Amino acid sequence: MTVQTERPVEAAAPISNSLTAGRLPKSAPWTILVVAIAVAAAVFGVVSIGTGAGFNWGGALFVGALLYIPSIWLFSTLVEGRRRAMDRLVTALVTGAFLLAMIPLVSLAITVITLGAARFDADFFSMSMRNVTGEGGGALHAIIGTLFITGAAAIISIPVGLMTSIYLVEYGRGRLARGITFFVDVMTGIPSIVAGLFAYSLFAIFLGPGTRTGIAGAVALSLLMIPVVVRSSEEMLRLVPNELREAAFALGVPKWLTIVKVVLPTSIAGITTGIMLSIARVIGETAPLLIAAGFTASVNYNLFSDRMQSLPVYVYTQYANQGNPPEAFLDRAWAAALTLILIVMALNLIARLVARFFAPKFGR
Amino acid sequence: MSVTAPIKAKLRVGDLIFSRSAVFAGSMILVTLAAVAIFLVVQSLPAMAASNEEASILTTNFWAYVGPLLFGTVWAAALALVVALPVSIGIALFISHYAPRRLASVLGYIVDLLAAVPSVVFGLWGIGVFAPALVTAYAWLNENLGWIPLFSGTPSATGRTILTAALVLAVMVLPIMTAICREVFLQTPVLHEEAALALGATRWEMIRTAVLPFGRPGIISASVLGLGRALGETMAVAMVLSASPVITFQLITSINPNTTAANIALSFPEAYGLNVNVLIATGLILFIVTFAVNAFARWIVSRRKEFSGAN
Repeated sequence: MTVQTERPVEAAAPISNSLTAGRLPKSAPWTILVVAIAVAAAVFGVVSIGTGAGFNWGGALFVGALLYIPSIWLFSTLVEGRRRAMDRLVTALVTGAFLLAMIPLVSLAITVITLGAARFDADFFSMSMRNVTGEGGGALHAIIGTLFITGAAAIISIPVGLMTSIYLVEYGRGRLARGITFFVDVMTGIPSIVAGLFAYSLFAIFLGPGTRTGIAGAVALSLLMIPVVVRSSEEMLRLVPNELREAAFALGVPKWLTIVKVVLPTSIAGITTGIMLSIARVIGETAPLLIAAGFTASVNYNLFSDRMQSLPVYVYTQYANQGNPPEAFLDRAWAAALTLILIVMALNLIARLVARFFAPKFGR
Repeated sequence: MSVTAPIKAKLRVGDLIFSRSAVFAGSMILVTLAAVAIFLVVQSLPAMAASNEEASILTTNFWAYVGPLLFGTVWAAALALVVALPVSIGIALFISHYAPRRLASVLGYIVDLLAAVPSVVFGLWGIGVFAPALVTAYAWLNENLGWIPLFSGTPSATGRTILTAALVLAVMVLPIMTAICREVFLQTPVLHEEAALALGATRWEMIRTAVLPFGRPGIISASVLGLGRALGETMAVAMVLSASPVITFQLITSINPNTTAANIALSFPEAYGLNVNVLIATGLILFIVTFAVNAFARWIVSRRKEFSGAN
């Protein structure tokens, strides 16, 4: 038999549930946000009427969002207490950080698309800048140069990078492997302009000072591309289960055939993704090409002689060496920037699709 | 009783060729890096001792030339880091702990899109859109906070200041820093987080007591890697900044220190004779600085690796 304890009298009084008491209603943050933006808009409206300038939408939204952060903290402190107020404040700050990072992305996308569309036409893709001083002209020579230089860089980097990662995963033991891992890390951190300086001085020593060729640009780019290829392929090769290798060895397959016929096919999707992402990374490099490959107005199909234009350098030279009328040069620069971004986005997208659809299926 | 001799593996030509070419490819990387170092040193040695009579780009001697450049490089990168670090931690927390689970990977991909934009496009955007938008903000800063030495002086009329360049740099290093922070925050043991919540912690208290201490080495290595990126970034700074060879801490005037990488990109196409060597020597110094920064990052990561699990 248990003794019934008598309930304290106070508890019987109308209590507020401690779990739900002192909380802002669910709609409160949104209400405060709308009011904050409305207040900011009112202030901006008064200012724009006073000065006669147009209404600054972006400024009003920005100041309104800024106003929201202290007000949600204030209301929450008054109703919910210090700890919850801190939580709300951090939630607002963290969300604000994300939205803040979206501002440049959205602004950049809008600018590139609107300004780039002006010259994004057939002429742009079928003409070079040879004998063009004002309007007209295009980026054919730059597109050809980008394809040639990036292609050559890929031809140099993919075999070297892939074989290095195979060495690190399948063969590498001891000091050499550790050294290579360390120096691949070092290579990842080489500033792109230093890669350009290296390629320039390498070819300057053998071919005389002032030599600028497409192949020098390709060497500079491959210096930036190799570590990325090594890193990503190494990661993918390490994902291949050891049982597959052991099964092949047990059947008497030589090591090199195991690698070629078992390990590589299993990881080929991931390796392809890594290689495409590395190409996407170097295709937008400007500084090394500006130094090692130079710039020109004409189409050049020969990697080994004379300067070669590329898309990023084209953007830069159109901007930096504006002629008359300057709008024609700026329009071409923006159109080339749009082309470049579309190429990089396409490479990224294809890389992700390859990773998704061609990944090996380990399920039974 | 005799010990049986170990069975020798049959030597196959295919194996030999394949393993040798793998070793060769690996060694190629070492050779290339050695070549980079040697070529840069050989080309820069004549510049280190040069005077302004031999190289027209110098005003007095090499070290007086490189000093302001080095200051500008470190100053711009440090400013970029100060801006980018809190924002990237915030974004990483938003994606890992605040955003709805289904949206998280999409939001991460959107932030990664920033990394796909070539630096020359950032430069074009910075000078065409961003710098003009900041002019009024700079005027306001100068009017109201001009007593702080950073904001003193005459505000720039074009907005092409070191602060603008640093902000563009901050946007450019955001994706890599966010990606690293996010990875580490996601690795926080779920049990730690649930224990904190079960003890009655709010979401922020859970993050402060469980996620941030666990992620500290990741945050440090992210910031140092971001610093390394910002130090070597070239085209965006070269296009946005209107520079002169000075050392100043003023952020919003039209007299700004240049950065090493941007100076090379701007001066190299017209350089001749010993001037080329001077520029290569500044490149060598930049290489050494970024190498030291990256080595520091790697050292921190490896030092904390054993007990953090975040590497």
